[in-house]
Amino acid sequence: MSEFPVLSIITFLPTIGALFIALFVRGDEKQIATNSKNAALWISVGTFIFSLSIWSGFDYNTAQFQFVEKQQWIEGYNIYYHLGIDGISMFFILLTTLLMPICILAGWNSITKRVREYMISFLLLETMIIGVFCALDFVMFYLFFEAVLIPMYLIIGIWGGERRIYASFKFFLYTLAGSVLLLIAMLYLYNVTGTTDIPTLMQASPLLDISVQKWLWIAFFASFAVKVPMWPVHTWLPDAHVQAPTAGSVILAGILLKMGGYGFLRLSLPLLPEASIYFADFMFFLSIVAIIYTSLVALMQEDMKKLIAYSSVAHMGFVTLGIFAFNRQGIEGSLVVMISHGLVSAALFLCVGVLYDRMHTKEIAKYGGVVEVMPRFALIFMFFTMSSIGLPGTSGFVGELLTMAGVFQVNKIVSALSATAIILGAAYMLWLYKRVIFGQITNRDISALKDVSRREIIMFAPLIILALLIGIYPSIITDLTGASVMHLITQVQQIAGN
Amino acid sequence: MINSINIAAIFPELFLASTTLALLIIGVIRGEKAFFNQIKMAKLTLVITGLLVLSSPITSGTSFNGMFAINGFTTFCKILIILGSLFALFLSSGFYRTNIKQTINEFPILVLLATLGMLLMVSANSLLSLYMGLELQSLALYILASIRRDNEKSSEAGLKYFVLGALSSGILLYGCSLIYGFSGTLNFTSLALLYNESANFPLGALIGLIFVITALCFKVSAVPFHMWTPDVYEGSPTPVTAFFAVAPKIAAIALFVRVLMQPFADMAEQWQQVIILVSTLSMVIGALGAIQQSNIKRLIAYSSIGHVGYILVGLASASNEGVKAILLYLTIYMTLSIGIFACIMLVRRKEGNSYDIASLSGLSKTRPGLAIIIAIIMLSMAGIPPFAGFFGKFFVFFAAIKAELYVLAVIGVLSSVIAAFYYLRIIKIMYIDEAVVSLEKDVQPELKYLAFAAALFNVVFFVFATPFLQYAESAAVWLF
Repeated sequence: MSEFPVLSIITFLPTIGALFIALFVRGDEKQIATNSKNAALWISVGTFIFSLSIWSGFDYNTAQFQFVEKQQWIEGYNIYYHLGIDGISMFFILLTTLLMPICILAGWNSITKRVREYMISFLLLETMIIGVFCALDFVMFYLFFEAVLIPMYLIIGIWGGERRIYASFKFFLYTLAGSVLLLIAMLYLYNVTGTTDIPTLMQASPLLDISVQKWLWIAFFASFAVKVPMWPVHTWLPDAHVQAPTAGSVILAGILLKMGGYGFLRLSLPLLPEASIYFADFMFFLSIVAIIYTSLVALMQEDMKKLIAYSSVAHMGFVTLGIFAFNRQGIEGSLVVMISHGLVSAALFLCVGVLYDRMHTKEIAKYGGVVEVMPRFALIFMFFTMSSIGLPGTSGFVGELLTMAGVFQVNKIVSALSATAIILGAAYMLWLYKRVIFGQITNRDISALKDVSRREIIMFAPLIILALLIGIYPSIITDLTGASVMHLITQVQQIAGN
Repeated sequence: MINSINIAAIFPELFLASTTLALLIIGVIRGEKAFFNQIKMAKLTLVITGLLVLSSPITSGTSFNGMFAINGFTTFCKILIILGSLFALFLSSGFYRTNIKQTINEFPILVLLATLGMLLMVSANSLLSLYMGLELQSLALYILASIRRDNEKSSEAGLKYFVLGALSSGILLYGCSLIYGFSGTLNFTSLALLYNESANFPLGALIGLIFVITALCFKVSAVPFHMWTPDVYEGSPTPVTAFFAVAPKIAAIALFVRVLMQPFADMAEQWQQVIILVSTLSMVIGALGAIQQSNIKRLIAYSSIGHVGYILVGLASASNEGVKAILLYLTIYMTLSIGIFACIMLVRRKEGNSYDIASLSGLSKTRPGLAIIIAIIMLSMAGIPPFAGFFGKFFVFFAAIKAELYVLAVIGVLSSVIAAFYYLRIIKIMYIDEAVVSLEKDVQPELKYLAFAAALFNVVFFVFATPFLQYAESAAVWLF
């Protein structure tokens, strides 16, 4: 319970930066572009450095919320400005603050129009995402959860590819349609319990009849499943990814998708434990379909970004699988999958971005033989391809192994089926790698390519280090999440036992 | 309770009436050249009236043999109405400065007369005084709609509004007479005493009530009585449209709330289903109708139909919570409407104002500040957090959930998703499309300030929500 409002500062520092850029960056077009790029980079790096303080100050022996800030917000309505983190949310905040400077670097040269607006959008987006992970009041959570749509809509819509308008509308309306049902569920809970405080609501589930819980759970599901995204509501994701600019894809895959998984962990499970158990098989079914079906779909893609987008859906299938196993391996596995996927898929989109910046195409058939001219790039791409497949020693392996172990205790068939994803994953990723990197140079433009620049190496370096670190020493995550995950499981089991 | 004739109770209205007449005389003597002075005087009059309403020595009670009531609720609504009219006058002085040819001296006077009618109808405590206020308002509005006599569309708008308005007034009168015939009284207080249980509510009076509701639905432009709205919005000169969108809407909704929540409060189960139906239709049709529009004024007309639908959700819940939510929503709605009309007027081509949505294209490059303001207003109208519009919807739906109207709430939020589509389309046109027309530099500082203030209000509302809620709460409590 520190007196110093650490979380507020981390959350709103980017907004202050955005305001600064909006108000004070002046000059001709070129100056505006350079200055706002630099300002945005320093602000996001500052936020990242500052956010490390929550990591160093985090007490991993307790499942209590830490760094709590609570202020009256809407008086007379029992709605508070309430921030706090536990082991589940902490890594998502760090992931966000880490990826944001990388995103800004990713757009350094490729974004040439409206640079200032681009930087402002990203900084505002950062505030909203961190807000989602810090919020301990349902209204605040919802506020940030929906507000994320605005900057993301603009990022896809303004700086996206050819069909960006279609993609941005689809993204916005799909997600909005899901989250308005969450609003209704939230209002219902608020009416019954008289509070929107998430820690208090966690104790409130005995007040709710099981049939009511099921309805509420479906409303929660509608919102989070679209965000994750789960099959069959995943169709917005490939469109959004293909059309978004590189940095937009990185944020989308790296963090926005995690908001769905986080929502399940933070809200669905503790608030509606009985319904969560009731729907566990349903979730298993959808996850398995997602894993197998989207892996197969990924095999057939002609577009690199689309392929990685479908692989994201498959990986997120592991997340939902692990969460609904209700045991420590499962939930920690899904957390590790989320973080690892946040690093690896972000890096894969960056790799595509590196190629796209040079070739201006994402079509796989246009490539081949890249290794001849970009050996260092080939190595980086290889590393992340292997992480995505789940090679032992990389972060991808740890998460998927834990998840499958967790699911195995509950349902052996599901666990076995989910293992096919590793084979399919290896198939589509290696095939992609082969077609892009190896082979003869058929496209003459390839031979003129330059290898990765220093800026790009700086972008990839932290991701490589972290992916390796988590792969070799996963306790760096599981030690800190342990207490919170155990607490969550006891909460669910206790209710289920009654 | 003051039951005798008490001049102090209606002092603000008396002041407004006499000043309006004085302005009329001045206008006759000085002619067209006094136009801008007249507008200034009208603004001043409204400010003073507002101050008089706020500082009235009587905070609650009835006067003129129970014909006229004052309480926290009426004061709140009156302030909103006066603010709405005042802002509309600000918009019009900006508008007319660049359209000198169109000045018509009666314009500010008609606005004042309409405002007077609205103040009277909000305070009406009997079906008779209700009708009086409503007609004073409506007659002034019919003329305002057709104030550009040389313009075909404006004349059409006025005529259409008049014919349908007169019809609805007829229906209202018929409803009143039925209620009077079956109950023997027109006074709200006596009606409430008479009908305190559903059992002693005669069928004739119920039919009368439905007639009254029908007429009021027309006045607030709720579906299925909304057909006039797009045409009138499109045809009327823009400042008049801005005025239509704000003050009369607030007044009619306040009246709607008072009629249903005071004399017929205990009959809630009788009228609730009607309101639920009307509200559902308004939300859905408002959202679907706007998608096809290419004229921004028509689009705003449909959007206002949708907003009325959301406001009626609050009324359908028939509770203190609902009324509070309505008052909050009205406040936010007022800022949004004024803001958007100020923006619409700022988008000008050489040949005059352009209401084609396509003229907004590329606005983010040519006029970045204006584009951001429009974007904020659009997102707020769509109810996307953290903007104020979200809180308006939040409390309205909370009232609905509290009243266990789950289906209505779900339909409401889903239609807000549909509505989000056309609000987003405007943002898309401004931010993604390339500019096709060149716009005039603007010379209307009032409009800029108003638009900026409206956007700012909607952005920072979430920080300062508490006082607004408290005002709304203290006002709503008077009806119970």
